Amino acid sequence: MSASSALLQVRDLRVDIGERTVLQSVTLDVQPGSLVVLMGANGSGKSTLGMALAGHPNYHVVSGQALLDGKNLLELEAHERARAGLFVSFQAPPDVPGVKNNLFVRTALNAVRQARGEEPQDAFDFLASAKAAAKELGLPASMLGRPVNEGFSGGERKRNELLQLSLMQPRLAMLDEIDSGMDVDGVRAVVKLVERLRSEGTAFIIISHYLQMIESLHPDAVLRLDGGKIVEEGDMELARSIARTGFKQHAATVGAPA
Amino acid sequence: MTEPVDTVSAASAIEDKPQDAALTQALQRSYQHGFVTDIETDSLPPGLNEDTIRAISRKKKEPEFLLNWRLAAFERWLKMEAPTWPYLHLAPIDYQAISYYNAPKTAKDQPKSIDEVDPKLLETYEKLGVPLHERAALAGVAVDAVFDSVSVGTTFRKQLADVGVIFCSFSHAVEHHPELIEKYLGTVVPVSDNYYAALNSAVFSDGSFVYIPKGVHCPMELSSYFRINAANSGQFERTLIIAEEGSDVSYLEGCTAPQRDENQLHAAVVELIAHDDAFIKYSTVQNWYPGDENGVGGIYNLVTKRGLAAGKRSRIAWTQIETGSAVTWKYPSVILRGDESSGEFYSIAVSNHYQQADTGTKMVHLGKNTKSRIVSKGISAGHAQNSYRGLVRINPGASGAHNHTQCDSLLIGTHCGAHTFPYIDTARADAVVEHEATTTRISEERLFYCQQRGIEPEEATALIVGGFCQAVLEELPMEFALEAKALLAVSLEGSVG
Repeated sequence: MSASSALLQVRDLRVDIGERTVLQSVTLDVQPGSLVVLMGANGSGKSTLGMALAGHPNYHVVSGQALLDGKNLLELEAHERARAGLFVSFQAPPDVPGVKNNLFVRTALNAVRQARGEEPQDAFDFLASAKAAAKELGLPASMLGRPVNEGFSGGERKRNELLQLSLMQPRLAMLDEIDSGMDVDGVRAVVKLVERLRSEGTAFIIISHYLQMIESLHPDAVLRLDGGKIVEEGDMELARSIARTGFKQHAATVGAPA
Repeated sequence: MTEPVDTVSAASAIEDKPQDAALTQALQRSYQHGFVTDIETDSLPPGLNEDTIRAISRKKKEPEFLLNWRLAAFERWLKMEAPTWPYLHLAPIDYQAISYYNAPKTAKDQPKSIDEVDPKLLETYEKLGVPLHERAALAGVAVDAVFDSVSVGTTFRKQLADVGVIFCSFSHAVEHHPELIEKYLGTVVPVSDNYYAALNSAVFSDGSFVYIPKGVHCPMELSSYFRINAANSGQFERTLIIAEEGSDVSYLEGCTAPQRDENQLHAAVVELIAHDDAFIKYSTVQNWYPGDENGVGGIYNLVTKRGLAAGKRSRIAWTQIETGSAVTWKYPSVILRGDESSGEFYSIAVSNHYQQADTGTKMVHLGKNTKSRIVSKGISAGHAQNSYRGLVRINPGASGAHNHTQCDSLLIGTHCGAHTFPYIDTARADAVVEHEATTTRISEERLFYCQQRGIEPEEATALIVGGFCQAVLEELPMEFALEAKALLAVSLEGSVG
């Protein structure tokens, strides 16, 4: 596939947090509807890539390029990036006290729908689709009436991220260790949801080290990030090798990054 | 708001008349008789002395007891000093520069059509969701919309009269129910209570009066939504609400219209009296002109509000959303005199730009087994200063008293301030007094989370603020809650990003 048809094109992206350079130079293409698994040791910069693409104010893009669907992401405000079709899940989604989950998600959904030129969903239609989505994810419908993430367990917060993902139907979703804190049923729900959304055209970057889940996701590519660069690109075999030997040993066998 | 009603001024003038005649009369009043002549005789030049007070009383054809009461208040006021304890910076007020009696605005002064109204003002109404025909009326345009509300008001008035509820302007009550005024006026807020209350007692121009007879459940929310704008009852209002044994009433005082007048003093007094088993719920949405982004202009809102839970098991609840005024000085309070009476105070005070708010409540426990609850949410943005000041007093006779106070502050940005002055004064060892307080900032993390989901920062702030205020918003009558949320969003515009 040629780079020009890629949904996401990242070129030589360098990202600093404060004084520290976390991403040296990341170049990456994600094709429409494809699924890329991103692996790497702690501190290799996986989450930084997500936050930088999402436009977190603490992550400074020093140089490089990031296009989503031909749009220069780096010129857009964080909410404009989301409206352009980028969804980035949070490792630790914050709570929003007093704001009911259904109000929050509907506000978000309608902001995105409006940007896509679609009609906003009224409260009734929204509730119906939100209930269906919650059921699919094994969440009780009552969590829609609770304040966003307030008093939610780690697993519930992750499922709540998936609920939003499911309703918002982004062009590209980046899921950062979505499996952590989730039980077996939760992981199954992730796989099912990703499958469905992929069939509807959403592309994915999945950050995970949970081999069983990665296997079930049938990735198009597996990338290994090290020292702020993508140092290796492969298929399921790469994921299996990392899972088998660990990052340190795996890196030693393929050679250290330049 | 559903069906806002000019419940006081216009309706009171046309009481006991058939609706058609009332409408005709209202139309004639505005268009034919011409206010101009009336006004020449109905305005007083600036200045304040005993003669001013006599003149006000004379113009209003008041009974002697009221004149004497005003004069006594004035005498007290002269000996009093403006309080210096609030955490506020007020420019000195020249009381001789104020005109203490102004006739309603003439048709001549009003904008002739909505096209003449400041577009910024209209934009605000739009954001608040005020229906188009109401926007014109709120902006003071002399159009038919006003007459719509007259007719609606008349219908409501009949319904109220059927159950014996009196709801009228204060002046009307003085004329038609002087015995009630004489019996209750100043019994909750005595003339000597404080500097601004004394001033109000001396010079008050008009206001609202509500009387709910024994055992009557008031069939509708009473609202003064339109009154302030339409009747221009002005700077010194006086409100008196009496709920007889076993009755209940919910009163909404709203001014969602930003007042365009600048540097104006607004010193109102509100007194509530609840007898045995009566319940009074008093809700306020205050959005007077707050001054501009640089702190120029704006209303000085110096208000005394107090309820007397006089009877056994009586209950008084204050709910306030304070977003306007350059300066707010206001402590809606409850004196819990009846055994097992209860007092509640739910407050959201928002200050943005250079606004200053020093607001809170007093709960004074006198009777046995009395309960009070305080929920205060203060929000500061820009360069604003927001203070909660509260007093919970348990007197020696108040056995079994219980208070719970929740006092939360939210800061937006780094140039504003939040302050808390909670006073607890208890004379009993068996009293239960609980105080919880938090101060938080709108965290970058929460804002970014909203943004990542496509919600822009201003809307995200409104969401977060709405969540912060949820516990108080729940206490508001439904239609007010929606309006209050919109108002919060408008008030905090430009405070992020």
